[in-house]
Amino acid sequence: MEHVWLHRYSIFVAASTLCLVVAGALVTSQEAGLSVPDWPLSYGKLMPEMTGGIWYEHGHRMVATAVGILTIILALWLWRAEDRRWVRRLGWSALGAVVVQGVLGGLTVIYLLPKPVSISHACLAQLFFAATVAVALFTSRSWRLGPALVDPAGGLPLRTLAPFVPVSVLAQLALGAAYRHKALDLVPHVAGAMVVTALALLASIQVLMAYPRNRALRNSAMALLAIAVLQVFFGVGAYMSRVAAAGSPQPMPVMVLFTVIHVAAGALTMAASVVFAIQVLRNVRRPMMEAPAGGLTATP
Amino acid sequence: MSKKLVLALLLIPVLFLAGCGGSKEETKTETPAATPAASAPPIDEANAGTITGKVSFTGATPVMKNISMDATPACARQHSTPPKSEEVALNADGTLKNVFVWVKAGVAERQWPMPSTTPVLDQHTCVYQPHVLGVMVNQEIEIRNSDPTNHNVHPLPKVNREWNESQAPKSDPKRKSFPREEIMIAVKCNVHPWMRSYIGVVNHPFFAVTGADGAFSIKGLPPGDYTVEAWHEKLGAQEAKVTVGAKESKTADFNFKG
Repeated sequence: MEHVWLHRYSIFVAASTLCLVVAGALVTSQEAGLSVPDWPLSYGKLMPEMTGGIWYEHGHRMVATAVGILTIILALWLWRAEDRRWVRRLGWSALGAVVVQGVLGGLTVIYLLPKPVSISHACLAQLFFAATVAVALFTSRSWRLGPALVDPAGGLPLRTLAPFVPVSVLAQLALGAAYRHKALDLVPHVAGAMVVTALALLASIQVLMAYPRNRALRNSAMALLAIAVLQVFFGVGAYMSRVAAAGSPQPMPVMVLFTVIHVAAGALTMAASVVFAIQVLRNVRRPMMEAPAGGLTATP
Repeated sequence: MSKKLVLALLLIPVLFLAGCGGSKEETKTETPAATPAASAPPIDEANAGTITGKVSFTGATPVMKNISMDATPACARQHSTPPKSEEVALNADGTLKNVFVWVKAGVAERQWPMPSTTPVLDQHTCVYQPHVLGVMVNQEIEIRNSDPTNHNVHPLPKVNREWNESQAPKSDPKRKSFPREEIMIAVKCNVHPWMRSYIGVVNHPFFAVTGADGAFSIKGLPPGDYTVEAWHEKLGAQEAKVTVGAKESKTADFNFKG
């Protein structure tokens, strides 16, 4: 059964989650992560004086609380209205992720930004965002209409390649978070960017060339291609602004702006790669098994 | 079987988190520095010497950028013009302020008397005052908040324990100490990212911080050969060898180049 409002609400939750990612990126960029030393309260209150770094840190907590509530509603709505068990489970998983994410956020404050926890917090944020985007996809009308199956084309084995894209994006996000939290230097993140961009371009261009008339495949490939290319420019911008502002009192607004855009685009790349992989696995038929020698041969 | 699998999956993040917390706590556990022998001979104050000197700066005059405190109106209101960064505080006569000068080597390991005064680190006009501070190991520092706004006090030591505490306006001063020698401990306020101070924690009382005349004076040194270090947050550190005889006053000047 189709639930238009459930789908619209899931889009709203995904958009709110992107705002939460931006709020989190602002906290790190503004070096405000420890401006509120206590958790779950802030300066012993529910609402401290919103000033300086507190504005970013407590603001992030407020947006996170709102997204947590929205996710509870989403999980309950899916549980009540959704007939597919796996979608209901995805809703509960998203709720579990946001709870763990809140705890990780608290631990970063209590234990003074331990690198493994801070990096996990950054990566889980991206996964949670991708999960909310996936819920929006699964509750959409186009998904309900079913796949428009296409045969495997020649060239790269897309069904094998596509799942590697979100996996590599997640690894790249982890390298970026490790750089942001000073666990690694920039080189692994730059090297990762080359690999991920090449993989995303290769897979998306292959899809665009092979299946230009399949709407689901074409749209997901174009989205991935566009955001992957833009993300390279945002990454260069974030680095250049950091270098240019190095001698100034930190944090400089230009550095904050580019870095936050880069983090948000990272979340969008993660979501786009997940949707891309899902659409490829859904729409591109499995290659037929090779027939035994002397038997029938499968037609591509 | 499936229940066991679910249980195992639930346990993974719990163990991960427990592991993260535990390791951090482990590194935070502080053991005080070894206490020097109590049987050390008495200090011969009658023969004590002094090291004095000036810290100067040569080179292009560094231009310190303005700090924007607009994010906290309570801070901005306290300044008629935007304050300058204190990274390099150059006096009018070409000497350097806020240089921490201490006797790095040559001081006997013993229990040195603790200074009778309690150093104060004040958060005033949304700036740490003083910018550079010296204390002895285990000497208490009084940390005040004289501003009409919240601050958090967050030292970033490497060998002492890191902590981060809030301090509300007009709240009681905090009294803190560091049990291990460390040159230097940066202190920051995450609410106001421009706020930064440095604390030098030394095993003995032979240290000083240069002021508005760039001068320092280290008194009460027993006769001996010493290595004196001048540390600056931006310009690095320099050393000088000084031999101090009984009741002698020696000079050790330092020059940092920009």
